[in-house]
Formats: sequence, structure tokens, C-alpha cells
Amino acid sequence: MNWISNYVRPRINSIFSRREVPENLWSKCDECGTMLFHRELKDNLNVCTNCGHHMAITPRARFAALFDGGAFATVKVPEPMADPLHFRDQKKYPDRLRAAQKTTGEKEAMLVATGEIGRTPIVAAAQDFSFMGGSMGMYVGNAIIAAAEQAVKLKRPLILFSAAGGARMQEGILSLMQMPRTTVAVQMLKEAGLPYIVVLTHPTTGGVTASYAMLGDVHIAEPNALICFAGPRVIEQTIREKLPEGFQRAEYLLDHGMLDRVTPRTEMREELITITRMLMGLPPAVRGDLPAPAPGAEAATEDENTKAENPATETPKK
Amino acid sequence: MTNYLDFERPLAEIEGKAEELRAMARQNSEMDIEEEAKALDKKAADMLQDLYKSLSPWRKCLVARHPDRPHCKDYIEALFNEYTPLAGDRNFADDHAVMGGLARLGDRAVMVIGHEKGFDTKSRIARNFGMARPEGYRKTIRLMDIADRFGLPVVTLVDTPGAYPGKGAEERGQSEAIARSTEKCLQLSVPMVSVIIGEGGSGGAVAFATANRVAMLEHSIYSVISPEGCASILWKDAEKMREAAEALRLTAQDLIKLGVADRTIPEPLGGAHRNRETVIADVGLAIEELLADLDGKSGKKLLEERRRKYLDLGSKGLAA
Repeated sequence: MNWISNYVRPRINSIFSRREVPENLWSKCDECGTMLFHRELKDNLNVCTNCGHHMAITPRARFAALFDGGAFATVKVPEPMADPLHFRDQKKYPDRLRAAQKTTGEKEAMLVATGEIGRTPIVAAAQDFSFMGGSMGMYVGNAIIAAAEQAVKLKRPLILFSAAGGARMQEGILSLMQMPRTTVAVQMLKEAGLPYIVVLTHPTTGGVTASYAMLGDVHIAEPNALICFAGPRVIEQTIREKLPEGFQRAEYLLDHGMLDRVTPRTEMREELITITRMLMGLPPAVRGDLPAPAPGAEAATEDENTKAENPATETPKK
Repeated sequence: MTNYLDFERPLAEIEGKAEELRAMARQNSEMDIEEEAKALDKKAADMLQDLYKSLSPWRKCLVARHPDRPHCKDYIEALFNEYTPLAGDRNFADDHAVMGGLARLGDRAVMVIGHEKGFDTKSRIARNFGMARPEGYRKTIRLMDIADRFGLPVVTLVDTPGAYPGKGAEERGQSEAIARSTEKCLQLSVPMVSVIIGEGGSGGAVAFATANRVAMLEHSIYSVISPEGCASILWKDAEKMREAAEALRLTAQDLIKLGVADRTIPEPLGGAHRNRETVIADVGLAIEELLADLDGKSGKKLLEERRRKYLDLGSKGLAA
């Protein structure tokens, strides 16, 4: 230690850190470090206007940009049993949940909504990576089942945006059981002849990739999204070698036949409209920003939605 | 020779002493050690009883992974007749971590599929320690499909640390292979019965065990993540695996309460590896009973019940 490290360096650091501007006005691109004006970034769907890096986006912000006029009705998700294992690591699971609810303002890691895109009625579900890493527990499972049931009921396609570190360890085996549960949900759609489109966003890993995220009719990923079963660090530890640049990224998966397309977020809406309309046997859409559908159309479905009950209670077990 | 687990060390000492005494007596016929040796035997038996009376979840993990525990191959060879292995995924390779084929259980022709870990260094490497690659899941899908088309029940024996986390496995679509295998389980119109005989490791196990009936050996485990993995993520310390094993509720007894497993199969005192013949026979009986239980159900009903079973999971929690 000398006076340079003790005195000069902190002074220099403090000068630089003072340049950081208030968070609420500007944000910094995680990738290229460019300062981006908050509103501009929001208008560009959290995609860096300088380098095109896709930053995380909340389900609500995504839906606001996805649906015509930003109008959508959320679908009620049956509440699962709270903390079934009485799980406790360094913190209690219910405390971790409450903390996530407080920071995100959301109840859980998935949001389901109905609405129209390019005047095409759809059901959409989006996973929230900022909520405990988007992890798949019983609520996420229930949300996907509710989304599939709603789609079947309304005869609409389901578009699902995945983003998760994997299964929620705090729900133990019950989180693992969401793999077969959500697979049943996908089967409901397939048997009803309805399209199931998965948009894989950064990151989609573990049990999520190994179930509903890889069972779509069409797989579209956002650029550079990490998509894998085992994460790169685990693999590096197993095989004891460095992985190549871009390994398990969207473009790499496209090359290896796991995806149909890699599409920038800013072009996603148009692409989803095009694909769903063709799969649903509808004529080409009217292009451009559309106002919200006439009031009443979605309100009616919302009323029905609130009646959606726990799928477990619908058919009594024999 | 017995391979002792760490927590069995005191037992190993006593059994070792008894063995030593007897060896000495064999060399010197004038020595009378029988009484002493018997006392040691009694002490060892009591200790074994004591150790296994209430195994902690972490100790169960160790027993479930015991190298001498009967593996898939042992069960198939002992329980099934006319076992005819079927190989390959018709796509890329044959995965030796997964074995399966046509076989008869009693009079009944079935499709039996399982993970095989291997029993010595060479076979463990050949079997990749029971960690399947995409080819393994795709072979499983193919065999399940044959069973479905020809009306054969599917029996799976699950024993895997998890799907193999390797570069090639990822390149060839590990996630997709697992997802499709689980999907196939949920499409079968034939009875499907799974037995967790050792480790049920995460997605690699789900892809084999999404069945009408799931049985677990008394000291087997079934978990979303290994206790070591969970400890390193949530405790930031892989050495906290005991705590993690406790918190994850991965024992057969807890999984019955949660409705994930339908029945347990008792193991001999000291674990399956201490009396392999008995445990193998008991697993055979359990499979026959579980299959008999599904007899006479239509394909549609089997499929619907299986789906309903998984949709309903989560309605049962552990009693506080």
C-alpha cells in the first residue's frame, strides 16, 4: 500500500463516480456502456440504441408495446399453496418472495394476458426475470396452465415469452413437477389445434428450457439470448475447458437447429402478427400502430377470466 | 468386502475387529474368541440398526449413490426374461447411459428402460455415470413409441445424477430432448410405471418418470437439484449440502406426502447394497403389483389419469 492506492486512486474514483447521473433519467447499456436517455430507451423496448443490446424488459412493459394500443386484460392465475416445503436457506422462502414482490411490484414471476396484436386476438404469457430470476415454481406452472386453458376456451394462439434461470429451488420437487405440468398445458393447445409460439429471451435455462420453452410450434429468440439446459459455468467445470465465444447464445442455437428464428425485439411484434395470422387462417393484417380495440371486446373476456378456477378443481379425481 | 460410507466408520471398525479376531482364530486353533466375536457382531448389528433407524436426508443421498447399490442392469438381468436390448436414437448415436428394450416380466411383455451408472471404473466411464445425453432421451422416446404402438406397458428404472452437462449434449439439444421425452410420457396410451431405484436427478429423471405410478426405494431420492448444487447457489457454499438436503425434501418419505411418489419399497437394513437379492425381488413384486393395478384401464383413461395426476400435483403440502 502506498499513497497512490490509498489517496490518489479513491480521489480519481470519486471524480468518475460523480459523473454517474441520476438513475431515473439515464441508464447505462450493460454491454457498450453508452448512456441512454430513459425515455428513448423505453421507446426502443430496452434495446440499446447504440449497440442493439437487448436489456431485460418487464412483462408489463412488453405487453404495453405488444398489444394494440397497449390494451390488455390480465388473466387470473389460481393461487398455489404458499411455501409447501417450509423452505429455508439463509433466508425464509416467504421472505424472499415478499422482497421480490416489493421490488417488482408484481405478485409472481409470470404475467398472463389476453388482447389483440394487429387485430389478431391472442393470449400471451411473459416470464419476469426480475422476479426471483423468473424461476418456475407452482405459480408459474399455474400461469401457463391458465394461459393454455384460456387460449383453448377463446380459440386463440398462445404466445409465451420465456425468461428464467430454471426451476425454483425453494419449492423443491414441486418446482420440478412443473415440467410435466406445463407439458400437459402445451398438449392442451396442440390437441385444440392452436398455435403455440415461444419467444425465448435472455436467459432461458434449466428446467424451463427442458419443458415448455422447447415445445413450441415456432421458436423465436431475441438476439444474443442465453438459451441452454446446463449453464456455461457448469459445463466448463465438467469438461474443464473454456467454451467458445457465443456458445449457447441464440444465434448458436439457430445454427444448431433448435430455433426457427432470431428476431430483434423491435421487430418482434410485426413478426408475431404475421406468423399467428397465417397459422390461424386469417388474411394479412393492417399494418402500423393500432389503437386499442373497441372497449367491451376484451372487457367481456376479462370477466370470463376472473371466473377461471384452479384447473385441479375442474374435474374431480377418480 | 463392504464399501463403508463415511457415517458408517464406527460400524466398519467394529466389523473389522470381529473379522480380525476370526482370522486370528483360524491361524491359532487354541484361541477361543467366539464369545468375543459374537459380542462384537451384536454390537455391530445394533449400531447398523441405530444408524439406519432414521437416516438424515443427506445420508440417504449417500446411500442412494452407494457404488454397490444394485443398478438398472442388475434389476433387468434378475427380474426380466428374454431381455432384448434395443439400441440407438436413429439419429446420432446409442447412449450407453440409458439401457432398454423388450423383455418379459412374468408372462407380460413390456418395454423396460433405465439409466445405468456402471459398476467399475471402466463401465462407469462407458455409461457416463448414468448421465444421459440427448441421444439417450431420444432412444427412450423411440422405445416408448414402440411400446405405445404395440400395446406394451412401459417400465422405467430411474437412477441418474442428472442429464449430462457437456458441450456436445448442449449442441445437440439436451433441453429439447428432455422436453420431448417428458411429452412422450404424457402421450402414452399404455400403462407406465416408474421406480426410482437410486438417484432421481432433476430433469433427467422427469423425462423417464412422468408415469401413472411412481414407486421409490426407501432410501432413494428425487430432487430438482443436487444438495451440493443447491448449497452452492443458495448458501454460496457447497459444503452446506446437509442443510440443502434437509430443505429440499428429497426423500421418498417426503415425496409420498407431497403426492409425487405413490409408494415406497422397503430396503433391507443397512440399505439395498447389503442385501441385493432381496431388494431386487421386492422391486419386481412392486412393479407387478403396480402394473396389475393399471390392468383393464383403457388407453384413453390411462392417458387422462396420468395428465390429471400431474395437473393436480401441488395441492398437497407437508404437514407443518
